Amino acid sequence: MTFPILPEQASDIAEQTDNLYWGLLCLSAAVCLVVFIPMIYFLIKYRDGKPADRTPRHLPEYKIEITWTVIPMLIFMCFYEWGARHYFIIERPPPDAMEIDVVGKQWMWKIQHPEGNREINELHVPVGRMVKLNMTSQDVIHSFYLPEFRIKQDVVPGRYTTEWFEARRPSSYHLFCSEFCGTSHSHMIGRVIVMTPTDYENWLTKGQPGSTLVQSGERLFRELGCSGCHMGNSVVRAPPLEGVFGKPVPLNDREVVAADEGYIRDSILFPGKQIVAGYTNDMPSFSGKVSEEELLQLIAYIKNLGSQSPPEKP
Amino acid sequence: MNATLPQTITPEIPRPPQRLLTYLEEGGHTLGSWLLTTDHKRIGVLYLYSILFFFTIAAIAAAMMRMELITPPGDMVTSETYNKLFTIHGTTMVWFFLIPSIPSVLGNFVVPLMIGARDLAFPRLNLLSWYLFNLGGLLAVYSIAVGGVDTGWTFYEPYSSAFSNTHVVTMVAGVFVAGFSSILTGLNFIVSIHKLRAPGMTWFKLPLFLWSTYATSVILVMATPVLAMTLVLVAAERIWGVGIFDPKLGGDPVLFQHLFWFYSHPAVYIMILPGMGVVSELITCFSRKPIFGYHFVAFSSVAIALIGFFVWGHHMFVSSQSVYAGLVFSILSYLVAVPSAIKVFNWTLTLYRGRIHLDTPMLYALGFIGLFTIGGLTGLFLAALGFDVHVTDTYFVVAHFHYIMVGGMVTGFLGGLHYWWPKITGRLYPENLGRLAALIIFIGFNVTFFPQYVVGYLGMPRRYHAYAPEFQVYNVMSSAGASVLGVGYVLPLIYLIWSLKHGKKAPANPWKATGLEWQTPSPPPKHNFAQTPIVTQPPYQYSPEIEEELVHG
Repeated sequence: MTFPILPEQASDIAEQTDNLYWGLLCLSAAVCLVVFIPMIYFLIKYRDGKPADRTPRHLPEYKIEITWTVIPMLIFMCFYEWGARHYFIIERPPPDAMEIDVVGKQWMWKIQHPEGNREINELHVPVGRMVKLNMTSQDVIHSFYLPEFRIKQDVVPGRYTTEWFEARRPSSYHLFCSEFCGTSHSHMIGRVIVMTPTDYENWLTKGQPGSTLVQSGERLFRELGCSGCHMGNSVVRAPPLEGVFGKPVPLNDREVVAADEGYIRDSILFPGKQIVAGYTNDMPSFSGKVSEEELLQLIAYIKNLGSQSPPEKP
Repeated sequence: MNATLPQTITPEIPRPPQRLLTYLEEGGHTLGSWLLTTDHKRIGVLYLYSILFFFTIAAIAAAMMRMELITPPGDMVTSETYNKLFTIHGTTMVWFFLIPSIPSVLGNFVVPLMIGARDLAFPRLNLLSWYLFNLGGLLAVYSIAVGGVDTGWTFYEPYSSAFSNTHVVTMVAGVFVAGFSSILTGLNFIVSIHKLRAPGMTWFKLPLFLWSTYATSVILVMATPVLAMTLVLVAAERIWGVGIFDPKLGGDPVLFQHLFWFYSHPAVYIMILPGMGVVSELITCFSRKPIFGYHFVAFSSVAIALIGFFVWGHHMFVSSQSVYAGLVFSILSYLVAVPSAIKVFNWTLTLYRGRIHLDTPMLYALGFIGLFTIGGLTGLFLAALGFDVHVTDTYFVVAHFHYIMVGGMVTGFLGGLHYWWPKITGRLYPENLGRLAALIIFIGFNVTFFPQYVVGYLGMPRRYHAYAPEFQVYNVMSSAGASVLGVGYVLPLIYLIWSLKHGKKAPANPWKATGLEWQTPSPPPKHNFAQTPIVTQPPYQYSPEIEEELVHG
């Protein structure tokens, strides 16, 4: 029988979280010493029936109170800062990370690689590469938890959340859903399989995907009829999508929004919500007509268009 | 002659010739005399019966969960049943045991006695709140009896409105109704403490239990309506499809979490402040010393109640709330820990040069300080943003809040119950059995919940029916500890009931304590005091240095 104390440190972030853990444990040990040793000493020394000097002593009450208010507060602020700095590292994916899409549903994890590979409840990643997950849910809230990486992020229907990690060595790690999501919540589990870069390339090729995410998105873009209005010399006037992604978009109500994944998603599902300045809303809603995976493919395609320059205005 | 200086000077008026009838005798022993009573003491006893009933249900659910979790696969009950068990456990423990435990049982009984009043300000409202509480409780029990609810006590959206096929609306209605009971009780305490204090009892002569009850009442009155609103919105979305939280209907599920925790985090302080109040009474009485730093202990309760309203977002660090909101909620969470730390330091220094009696209530008070300190310290872990990402929604959190709510509040409740038991019943409980039970509970509690910190850090998520095999060893320890804890809880139940008939008759002031509640017979007469007491001194005027001479001299 073993009594493990820490999960494996699968990434640098895991090691930093463990360091913070040790720091907090030291703080706790110090507070316990300061409280419990005097307490036990007083309990023994001043127990009824034992001779002891019990004449009241006038202690400087205000000085003592201020001391044990201010000192803990200062120490707490140090830990606050430590925790906050670490949080910013965890919460902000580096810009050059490779991106993988995750869709949670009751009760499985569906994963799409940019190369077009799809898998369920398994996430294959290469070692030593920063991996950013773009995540959403098609039903209730789930949470994508990788204990060996010490990271977790709720996967929320109706919006995209991100999570990132960089594995240190090839191995296989736990994936748990950690937000209660219904009957088989505890079976919504999987593995993260970290492979060497060559193994990963082989795995991608062996999967024999028909088309990449961008290509699937492009096909959908035509099939759903998006291209009829948003592309080239269409009769209906709709905002062109080239060069849009990642840029600020001025709206009819004089607001300006950033064209991120969430904006594109909302524009497809709820076209009337945010109307681009200078246009009227003629677009039908595609709510219920495209799945979460297809939305992510469309977004991948529109993201790809984002790197192209906008067409000349006629 | 009492060993202590009495807190009051009662005017020398000749005593009435015959003994006053106690609150248990006056009005008779009929069921009607209890169900229609407006006497705060009888209502307190009625609440004791009610919460004991709900505690039993919740404890049975916990026992079944701990049995299931002995082995990694989900092999004893189905996943549906398991999910219903933790929902029963959570909803019942939070709303039908913990929140009313100290305020409604002990508070109802002792608040008017402590301020020297004949009753609470609104006696009939007090009875109404007991009926509302039971109506809410029965709705909750009904929802369990007809099939249960599987959302967890948090009712997270959109699961609770669009996906769960269980009796969510009935359960939500039960919690909604019980919320009104909370509001009315809180209101009653606030008005009573403002208006009904005995002559001479200024704010800074109030016993600290009243400061904490007052702070708790403010939270009850201000936070509960937000819960009520939120639950109504959940029901409206579930029944009529009004889109508020479900993204498919254009709603925002994270909004639900903000509203829910805006109530439920202050509610955590409803579930700990009264325990802190009890401990302040116990530490002073059993170390025979005035409390060290009275004003700081009193105002720390107020500070906790106020800051406690602005930390709700620390439940949502991985919910997709803004990272900058996370920064604010994290710093405020550290700040709210400061007044709690102040209390622990003051209690410890109160022991210095005291005359310490390790009677049962004192053992519970010391247990409270130990367990609350560990629970509070691990709260600092969870407030650290980057650390919380790893442990939120794991057993680490489960261990943390059980240290606060069970290790803190239940221990405080048992300490208070033993302390005031002679006053409530007029009987003494068997002291040695009491000490034994306190020890068993302390050991059983730690064996149950400490391993959960470790297994939580290892990554075991909460609300898991089946789990990975490497987590088993800590789950077995936890289940073993739970059976010890179970014995510890049954023991007081047996000897306290036994003491009702066979316990020694209690004198008016068995602990030689200073509070006004001890200046009247045990059990008190219906109107509490033969004459309205006049208060001339601050509370806790114990003198450990002269006591021995008085007792032995």
